[in-house]
Amino acid sequence: MWMTELPPFALFFIGALIAGVTSGRLRGVVMLAIPIVSAANLWMMPEGVHLQFAFMDYQLLPYKIDKLSLMFAYVFHIAAVISITYSLHVKDTVQQVAGMLYAGSALGAVFAGDLLTLFVFWELLALTSVFLIWARRTRRAYVVGMRYLIIQILSGVLLLVGVLFYAAEKGTLDFQYIGLEGVYGWLIFLAIGIKCAFPLLHNWLTDAYPEATPTGTVFLSAFTTKVAVYALARAYPGTEMLVYIGAAMTCFPIFWAVVENDLRRVLAYSLINQVGFMVCGIGIGTALAINGAVAHAFNDVIFKGLLFMSMGAVLQMTGRINGSDLGGLYKTMPKTTILCIIGAASISAFPLFSGFVSKSMVMSAALENGYDWIWLMLLFASAGVFHHAGIKIPYFAFFAHDSGLRASDPPTNMLVAMFIAAALCIGIGVYPAALYSLLPYDTGYNPYDATHVLAQTQLLFFSALAFVWLNLRGMYPPELKSTHLDFDWTYRRFLPLVLRRWFAAIWKVDEAIRRSFLSKLDSGLNYLAQRHLGASSLLSRNHPAGSMVIWVTVLLAIYLLLGFSRNYLS
Amino acid sequence: MDNKTKGIFDDPKNVKRVMYFLYASCMLLFALDFVIDRHVYHSWENLWGFHAIYGFVGCVVLVIVATWMRTFLMRPEDYYDDEWKADIGTAVDEKHTSKAGAFNVDD
Repeated sequence: MWMTELPPFALFFIGALIAGVTSGRLRGVVMLAIPIVSAANLWMMPEGVHLQFAFMDYQLLPYKIDKLSLMFAYVFHIAAVISITYSLHVKDTVQQVAGMLYAGSALGAVFAGDLLTLFVFWELLALTSVFLIWARRTRRAYVVGMRYLIIQILSGVLLLVGVLFYAAEKGTLDFQYIGLEGVYGWLIFLAIGIKCAFPLLHNWLTDAYPEATPTGTVFLSAFTTKVAVYALARAYPGTEMLVYIGAAMTCFPIFWAVVENDLRRVLAYSLINQVGFMVCGIGIGTALAINGAVAHAFNDVIFKGLLFMSMGAVLQMTGRINGSDLGGLYKTMPKTTILCIIGAASISAFPLFSGFVSKSMVMSAALENGYDWIWLMLLFASAGVFHHAGIKIPYFAFFAHDSGLRASDPPTNMLVAMFIAAALCIGIGVYPAALYSLLPYDTGYNPYDATHVLAQTQLLFFSALAFVWLNLRGMYPPELKSTHLDFDWTYRRFLPLVLRRWFAAIWKVDEAIRRSFLSKLDSGLNYLAQRHLGASSLLSRNHPAGSMVIWVTVLLAIYLLLGFSRNYLS
Repeated sequence: MDNKTKGIFDDPKNVKRVMYFLYASCMLLFALDFVIDRHVYHSWENLWGFHAIYGFVGCVVLVIVATWMRTFLMRPEDYYDDEWKADIGTAVDEKHTSKAGAFNVDD
């Protein structure tokens, strides 16, 4: 078979170049061919370093393959194929090029064997993805994109400073276990934490993802956060703090997801919730937990992509995405409905769907390592994710009250993309051995034992029962046209307000100081003026006529003198 | 398409059927706890129906707390809109919703 030593990101960048100058069917063929060729090529590549060169005193390894990076690379290829298929109908060159560059940057990041290469792709991820938000071409999207870019670049800057400290301390740039030690450890941790949407650093995600184009959000949901999860898994496995951060990430977003109206924002919150499971697994750090985290990242890319695609289809076909505007679409969008339900079942971890076979590894690992309370939190989050992503999303979009909207199923390419994702969700759920064989460790884990299946099914069915009961009692919060404040309120409202007050106060003090200085100056001048105000003194306003006559006489005398001297001297 | 498309859930009988199916499944799943020989990993799981009760109570608490959060977190839909309306001077009538297919921007 034809092979190339070119790293995957280079193939994608070449693809982006071609996508920029072609259009129509040709562009579609090229864009689909790139990830397929790249994946086939990768399948044949042995592990190890495939590209290296020296940069000043450091070795750079831009293309290093091991089991962990391969796992993410495979799922990124799948995500690229699905997202590109989903957006084949889009004629906007900006979006097509940005999508290719973005996917390529993600692949570059996971194969980066050194921190400097990682930093470059880290920033490229930010720069390329923001165009998928701006491509919506509304004023709102522009402002949101700016905010997104600032936060992403900030993460990159923190990473760079951390890397510089790291290089100074260790004398190498190799990307390996770092751990929370020294300034560099914390800086890099924080940089990854921003991209990973740690609590309080998470609002860029819920802010920006729902504002991208219907196809752009599918790209966005796949790459940035998963690159961050990969980086955490490589640099910070077994860091205990991550267990608590991860557990917090699984729990807090579901409260916002329950009351949020924009269904793509609901999915953004549930994305944080799912990433929480991965972060928690990385924090536990055992072979089973890391396997669980990586496998869950793999599955999440696919089922979250499927859910974002189904909501993208709704937005595309109806022009609406708020739960309060939607409902009853199952009648005219039956295929989208079924595909959405498959995604919902997968994210909820129903047995025989993909979420079940990966999430359970993290939960088992939490119990095995004595994190009882964490396990309870994860269990609560599992029930909660079913509640908002599993039931709320399909229910308010496709069922609930009839909104009167009569949109048909989306174009074939969008349906095909959703179908591929749905098939993978079920395939992995039914035959997890295929997924497990790709994992970094061999743990012999079997998700399908009777106890576990029963426990999970009970949890989910009784969560559904709770939904029905709350709805019948009229206690379920209705979908309302509203904004719910989150932590971003602090930097979108509170800080600007505080700063405005501060500056107002500063201006006031400044004004007072200037005024008192001016008045002092004034009175000083007045005093001087008063002193010299007497008749015929330096500053007096009126001089007596006598002194004027004297001065005129003096002038005339000088004039006369000059006249004489000129006559005599010439 | 006409506005009177009938779906299967327009008939309340079918909705009832789904509900009864759910109730029956729940009862069956709860009963299975007593039948299946479970090997538990944690002592809490020894409680019969632990996962069932935890799931139900968890969701009810989740919804009640989230609803309560609305009392102090909810704002009008256009709460943040002045961010992007301010810098163009005049108010722009740009709604969050847009026409179907409005995203296919031609080259």
